[in-house]
Parts: sequence; C-alpha cells; structure tokens
Amino acid sequence: MNPIAHSPHAHAPASISKVMGTVLLALVPATLYGFWLYGWPAIFLWSITVASALIGEAFVLRVRQRPVRPALLDGSATLTAWLLALSLPPFAPWWLGVVGGLFAIVVVKQVFGGLGQNVFNPAMAARVMLLISFPVEMTMWAAPTPLSGEHALSFAQGLAITFGGAQWDTMASASLLGHVKTEFTRGVDLLHSLPGYFEAGDALSGHRVGSFGETSAVLLLLGGVFLIVKRIITWHAPVAMLLGVALPAAIAHAIAPEHYLAVLPHLLSGGLILGAFFIVTDPVTSPNTSAGMFVFGFLCGLLTWIIRTWGGYPEGVAFAVMIMNALTPIVDRYIKPRIYGRDRKGTALPAKKGA
Amino acid sequence: MMFFEKFFGGLRGGVHPEGKKQLSAECPIRSVPLPQKLYVPLQQHIGAPAAPVVKVGERVLKGQLVAAAQGNVSAPVHAPTSGVVSALGDHVAPHPSGLPVPTLTIESDGQEEWVALAGIEQPLELAQEDIAARVAAAGIVGLGGATFPSALKLNLSRASGVQTLILNGGECEPYLTCDDRIMRERAAEIVEGIALIAKAVAAQEVLIGIEDNKPEAIATMQAAAQGSAIKVVAMPSMYPMGSEKQIIQVLTGKEIPAGGRPADIGVLVHNVATAWAVQQAIRYGRPLISRIVTLSGGAMRTPCNVEALIGTPVEELLTVAGGLVPPVARMVLGGPMMGQQFTDMRVPVVKGTSGVLALTASETGQAEASPCIRCSTCVRACPIGLLPLEMAAFIRVSDLASSVALGLKDCISCGSCSYVCPAHIPLVHYFNYAKGDLAAQERGKLKQEATKKLADARNERMARIERERAEAAAKRKAAREAKERAAKEAAEKAQQESSASESA
Amino acid sequence: MLIAIISLSILGAALGLFLGVAARRLAVEGNPLVAEIQDILPGSQCGQCGYPGCAGAAQALADGSAPITLCPPGGRAVVQLLAAKLGVEANLSDVEESVPKVAEVKEEICIGCTRCFKVCPTDAIMGAAQQLHSVFREACTACGKCEEVCPTESIKLQPIPVTVQSWYWQKPPMKEAA
Repeated sequence: MNPIAHSPHAHAPASISKVMGTVLLALVPATLYGFWLYGWPAIFLWSITVASALIGEAFVLRVRQRPVRPALLDGSATLTAWLLALSLPPFAPWWLGVVGGLFAIVVVKQVFGGLGQNVFNPAMAARVMLLISFPVEMTMWAAPTPLSGEHALSFAQGLAITFGGAQWDTMASASLLGHVKTEFTRGVDLLHSLPGYFEAGDALSGHRVGSFGETSAVLLLLGGVFLIVKRIITWHAPVAMLLGVALPAAIAHAIAPEHYLAVLPHLLSGGLILGAFFIVTDPVTSPNTSAGMFVFGFLCGLLTWIIRTWGGYPEGVAFAVMIMNALTPIVDRYIKPRIYGRDRKGTALPAKKGA
Repeated sequence: MMFFEKFFGGLRGGVHPEGKKQLSAECPIRSVPLPQKLYVPLQQHIGAPAAPVVKVGERVLKGQLVAAAQGNVSAPVHAPTSGVVSALGDHVAPHPSGLPVPTLTIESDGQEEWVALAGIEQPLELAQEDIAARVAAAGIVGLGGATFPSALKLNLSRASGVQTLILNGGECEPYLTCDDRIMRERAAEIVEGIALIAKAVAAQEVLIGIEDNKPEAIATMQAAAQGSAIKVVAMPSMYPMGSEKQIIQVLTGKEIPAGGRPADIGVLVHNVATAWAVQQAIRYGRPLISRIVTLSGGAMRTPCNVEALIGTPVEELLTVAGGLVPPVARMVLGGPMMGQQFTDMRVPVVKGTSGVLALTASETGQAEASPCIRCSTCVRACPIGLLPLEMAAFIRVSDLASSVALGLKDCISCGSCSYVCPAHIPLVHYFNYAKGDLAAQERGKLKQEATKKLADARNERMARIERERAEAAAKRKAAREAKERAAKEAAEKAQQESSASESA
Repeated sequence: MLIAIISLSILGAALGLFLGVAARRLAVEGNPLVAEIQDILPGSQCGQCGYPGCAGAAQALADGSAPITLCPPGGRAVVQLLAAKLGVEANLSDVEESVPKVAEVKEEICIGCTRCFKVCPTDAIMGAAQQLHSVFREACTACGKCEEVCPTESIKLQPIPVTVQSWYWQKPPMKEAA
C-alpha cells in the first residue's frame, strides 16, 4: 500500500451516476411526451424494457461475482434500456422489450466486459438485432392516440396491445421513411408520394407515426442542448452528424427532387435527432478527441443518408452507428491531440534560439 | 489537421477548480513565534543534498552557512536562527514516501543573532556573474515549488542567451495565496529582484504573468513597475496556468520543445517569491531562511498567510492559524492539485513549502474508482494534449512502453485528469508510478551494464591468471626437462668419457 | 477410393521429402539467438537459475525450455529485455516478489578469510586477508555466491533499503468496481 494518498486532493463535482443521471433527465421531456402521445402501451413497453435490462445486469454481475448495487445505481443500464425503448414502435409486444433489453445488456455490454468495455452501442445493437430478427413487429407503427384525446386507449386496451398481442386499427400506418421507400418500390416518385405525408410542424412536435420516443424533434433537441450546456456532451458529434445527413441531402435534392428527400424531412425523420444527441455521443463507443468526434459524427450522418437513400431499410441511424462504432479505434488511432512541444508526428519542436 | 486544431483548440486543456482563495487572500502576512527547535533538512532542492559544515554542539548564528552545496546541481543551507546544533540525524521530511531524511536540528537560543551580512548599496552595479554567485551562496531555489537551484538557472540562461524573462505570479493552485500576498505587500522589493535577475541574464523583455483572479496584486505590481521596462500581464484564471510550460505558452505563444528547457526558446521563468529572495540576498546579504506559507483549508480555524523560518515544524504554524477544526480528512503540504499529503505534524517547512492545508472530506471529494467510461473528459482537461485514459489503461496492464509511446514522458503530473475524472480513476497516480518504475528500470539497466563489465573483467583476469599459471607451469616443466636432459646428457657424456678413458 | 488414398499419400510423401530437403539445405548454422541472449544476461555465471552458467541459461531460453523470469540477479530489467528479444509477454508479477537485494557484511563476525572475495563474480567485495571485508553496493548483483562460502555467516543478502532517492509511487491498487 502507498503510505499516503496521491494528489490531487480535490475533485471536480462529477461522478458516473451524475453523468448518467443528467442524460436521463435530458430524456425525460421527450419520454413523457411519448407516453402521452401513445398512451398505456408505450408506458408498459418502456417499463418492461428498463426492468429486463436491470434484471439482466444484476444477473450477469452476480455470475461474474462483481458488486451488483453500485453498478445498478450508476444508471448506465437504465440509460441503455431507456434509449432502446425510445427507439421501439410504441405498440410493440412486451417480449420485444424483454429480448431487446436483455440482449443489449447481457450480450452487447457485459459479454464484452461490462461498463466501458463494449465495442458497440448496446441500445443500437439491440435495435438492429430486433429489426433483423423480428422485422414485422419492429415496423408495426401506430398513429398517435394521445391519452387526453378522444381515441385514447384505456388501461385495459393498453394491456391487451402490449401483453395480449391485440391488433389495433391505428397500427396500419407507416413512418415517413418507410412510406417513401415503399412507394419507390411501386414506382411512385417523391413528387407524388410525399404531399400530405410530411408536415414539418408535425415532425417538430412529434405528432406523427414513429417510434415512441423519436417523434418529437423539439423535445429531443431541447434535451440535447441541455446536455451540451451541462458539458456532458460536446457539440462536435451531434452537429457533425446532422451535417453529415444535411449536406448530401441538400446536394442530391437540388439535383433530383423527385428522387431524393429534402433536408428537412431527413433531419426531422426517424431517429436522427435522438441519434445525434444521445447515441453518437455515447462516450464508451465514440472516439476520444473532439476532432475525432466530429469525424465520427459526420460519417455516422453520411452513412445514415446513404442507407436511407439506397439501402434496403428505410432507416439507417442504428446501422450507421454500429458501423462507425467498429471504426472508432481507427479514428482514435489516426486522430490524436498534438502533444505540447511536439509536432503532429510526435517529434520535438526545434529549439529556436532568438526566435 | 491544422484546421482542426484551430477550429477545435483555442486555449487547450486545463481545469477550473474552485479557487477557495478568499479564505486567506485578505490576511496580511503574519510572523510566527520563534520555535524552540528548527528542523532543517540537508536537501530542500532538486539535486545533490548539501553537506553539513557544522558539528553537533556547535553554536550557529542566524544566516550562517550550516551545509554547503555539493556538486553542480545543489544549494547550500543556512541556519534560520541563532542557537546550538543539537542533532544531525534522520527526521521526518516533507516527502510522499514518509521516509526520514538527514536533518540538522537547531535549538534556538532566542537571541536571533545575525551573522555578519554583506549587503550592497548599489546592487544593480554588480556584474552578471556576481549576481548569480550571490544567489547561489544565498541558497535560493525556485520558490514556486519546483525548488530547482535558481543560480544554476541564471547561469544556464546567461550561457544560452535569453530574450524574455517571465515572472510567474500565476499561483493557479486553489487555496494558495502566498504569492498573492507577497506581490501585494512587497512589490517594490520584488521589482528590484526582477531587475537584478533581468540584469543577470541580460533579458530584453520582462513580463509578470498574474492570474486575473488577483486584481489587487495586478494593480500593486503595475504601480511598482511604473517607469521600468517590466510589463504586468493579466492571464485567465485556469489551472495549471502557473506551470512553466503553460505560462510561457500563454504569454509568448511559444512552446518549449519536448524534452527541452525554456532557455531553448530564449525564455527564463522565475517565481515572484524567488525574485523577492534574490533582492533580499543581494541588497541585504540575507540568505534564504524564511518563506511565505499559506495556512488554509476548510478544517483550518483561521486561514492566514505567515512568514515562517525554514525548519519550523508544521504544528507550530497551526497554532498561529488557531489550530484545526476536526474532522480533518487530509493534511496537505502545497496546493491541493499537486501537493503532498502528510500525517506527521512535526514535518518542517522547507524552501518549497507554499502552503499547509487542512482539508475536509467534502473538499477532497475522494471516492472509490469505478471503470473508465471513455468519456474523454481527461483528454479535454490535459494541458499537454495527452490521452490520459489510454495511457492509464496501458499502465494498468504493466505495458509501460506503450504508455511512453503515447507521451507519458511529456506528462507534467498536474493532476487535471484525475481532478475531472467522473470515475475517480487515479490517473496521475498511474503516471507517477510509471515514471518512477521506468526510472528504476533505467537505474537497474545501468547497474546491470556496469556489473557485466566487472564480471567480464574478472573472467578475463581469471583466464589470464590461469593462462599465466599454465605458461609458468609449462616454463617450469620445460626448464625441468631441459635440466633433466642436460643432466642426462652430462651423465651420458661422463659415461662416454669414462668409457673412453677406460678404453684409453 | 484407392486412387484417392494413393494420390494423397504420394502428395504427402513428396511434400514431406521437399520439406526435409529444404530443412537440411537451408539450415542456419548455430543459433545466433543464443549469443544475443547471452549478451542480455548478467554474465556473472552465478547459477541461481539452475543452468550451468549464463551460456546454459541462454541456450535454455532460446529453446523455450526456461521462463524469461529465470534470472534473479538480472531483475525486471533483464526480464523485459528478454521479453522484447524473444517476442513473448513479460509477466513481471513473478519477478516483483523477489525484492532487489545486495550482500552485506556483518562486521562483528567477519574473520577476513577472503573466501567471499575470491568467489565474487563482479569483484564487488573489497578487503584483504585478516581484514574486514565490505561490499561495494553498486557492483553487487546479489548472486549469493559469497553467502554460500562464508564460514561465519557474516555475509548475507539483504534487501536494498529504500531511500528518498529511489522511492517512487506504487501502482494504484486494482479494484474492479463493476
């Protein structure tokens, strides 16, 4: 043992649970709005996803003979499950949440060594797994049925949807990106398929078809700005990701508006805002440096646009993030801060007499 | 890449710990009642320990040389008061190891009788070499905490040519106000000291860098420097602004080349308190036997600044500050960012002691380390541009070579990374362990090479002795054989002769 | 079936022959590695590793029949050099347990017999017959030969005392919180 404690003898008021707690706080408005928008099924789905993730975390930690309580209390498992739940269709059956939550924590996080060791973003990896394994359930979108509105679902109806597999007539709808992709395969171009389907106002407020936490761009944006102000995340990755989608979208749309969606529907659709502020900023699976974060975010955005435009799936955020997670070590290898007194290559600066 | 740096960089790294300077900033420098016993370590500086020149039982006068510098990098030590040398032996030292070091114990006689001092009326007329020589004789070392012998710095800088002299009034460590107070109360002396240093190295430009959280010090120094070529510059308050590398970067825009010294880019940095000590040494001939110490912290009853004799035990200082308010979580010598914890209250004030802090548990903010979440807060905090999280991960698995490749040797151990880490990982502790281990390995390697040479020499000698012995044996054998042969021949001859004579 | 077996057997035999010939024709004479390893080892031939001197140890290291942590006097520096040379992982935890030591003479019971003095591989012991011996620390490799021959057990290996100059921070304790 060292006889005495090493300096510093002061510490910034920061801890992992504080970091995670702040991110959770930033998600609260969008989540509450999602609860209101989709009613009981969303609340059930969210609860069951978070619960299964926590149970999975506790189980693995017991098996690994690690202390369970501090790990559960640090909020990282909750955050993972929360983000996953926000990216699920609101009327998805309960087992989708369970499988997703367990997969995210047990396979993607703990198998790789637990907190801080995972290569891929657990929430996105779980979403990708669910999308590939259960494509039907993962694309059963529902039109919003606000809790206070006339079509509001009762508690019992909610139970029936989440746990009983009941079908509902509002569930036939498709999300914007899905609709566009389907119409394309039928040979209908954007000029004809889009009108009446995209309203920027609806997209901002979130009153539209989509995953239950992804629909309200304004509230997510608010949460993201809150995190930047709180210095939990930096602006580099989010801004770069939005740019990564917006730049190619703007160019392509200017050239062929009938084939390529405009910038605004791109930015406000699917999981882009959620991804930009809450997913690519995940510290564990993103690069170390600010410049690295910018490159990482931009490539995430670019890949998202490419997958959305030419890929087989209508939405590409999760795939793009996973691909870039795999490339993070390479980004870190090539983008390092310049060390004081050295040039970029690491050789010492020349001693300049009289300079 | 330059684009990236400009776009993302700005003033890089650094942290903003809570200053806590208001605790003691308004307290004028107080004196400390003369302690009965003073414990003066022989090594209070970087380099070789000083060699004692007095005997136990001998009476010494205040300011008398008691231990002389040894070798090129060293500094002499002087008696802080008059009295009798009562012991020369091990005493607890301000060192993280807690190991005792050779220390002179001086029992004061209360007379405070000064040795004859050789002051100078017109100090600025001294020759450059004389200034450096007097600074060396006065035992002055860097009072900012690095304790590098100041005269050596003057000589090195004069030899290599210095354009810019920077006076470090940054004092970026939280709590500490000793430099703040000395600038406010002894500005005129400091300015004269600066002029002497500037003369000693023939500097063309003189800058005093003071953090902007000390407006009174800035104003006082500006007033004192009026009419001279000295420029007072306000710097943003940020830790570690008072680090040599950072203050140079902020004030001149230049960087010290990796592995180099400020002199490589024509800069010399001295602490403002050092300038005061230089002035005292040259104008009045007083050696460095006291310094300003800040007593502060949440568990200190009345935080204040004191002028303490070198060798004063900390417990004596605490009485000036009204004692401690329990519970005390940690006692620290120096600032909270780079200072050392200590447990023995008999530890003496040395030339590098800038503060004594009594910290509460909430001030230290310590917690168990948890796993790294790669949040990179440490990367953004590092003023050098290192990747603390990656370096620590390598050191954890004993891969020191990889951490060196990432720039371990450029680390200044400022502790910014540990300070901000939300997982409470002791990053800078890892780095100091690794640096120590590498140095030990280096020593081991040198010893290995030396002993190998000795072993080879011995083997060769053994072989030579063996060979010589064999040669000698062979020679003896040859001689014996020759003798035998000669005898035989003689015998044969004799026989022949006798037979011949018989036949004849 | 038969054709397959035969053709594969022929193929195998031919390739085996080719490899055999190649191994013979392209064989490197001697093993330069042994000499290089010997350069790394202390060369004091103390035999603590259990091999006949440093050359024997070098041979065993080159064969891979000895662990790179075999050399107590070499310490961690040698382990690391060996690890780099042989391209294996250096497991320093085995070495750290043996604290660095040097020989020390208990002056009260030294009889000045000069036996230690004669066996010291690095000439680290000073003294003459009927005189007190003392150890030159900087040259002692703690090989222990002197300890073996001392008739009065006056010379012993002692851990090197830590000084303010040699002290450094220990590695932070590894605690897994999660």
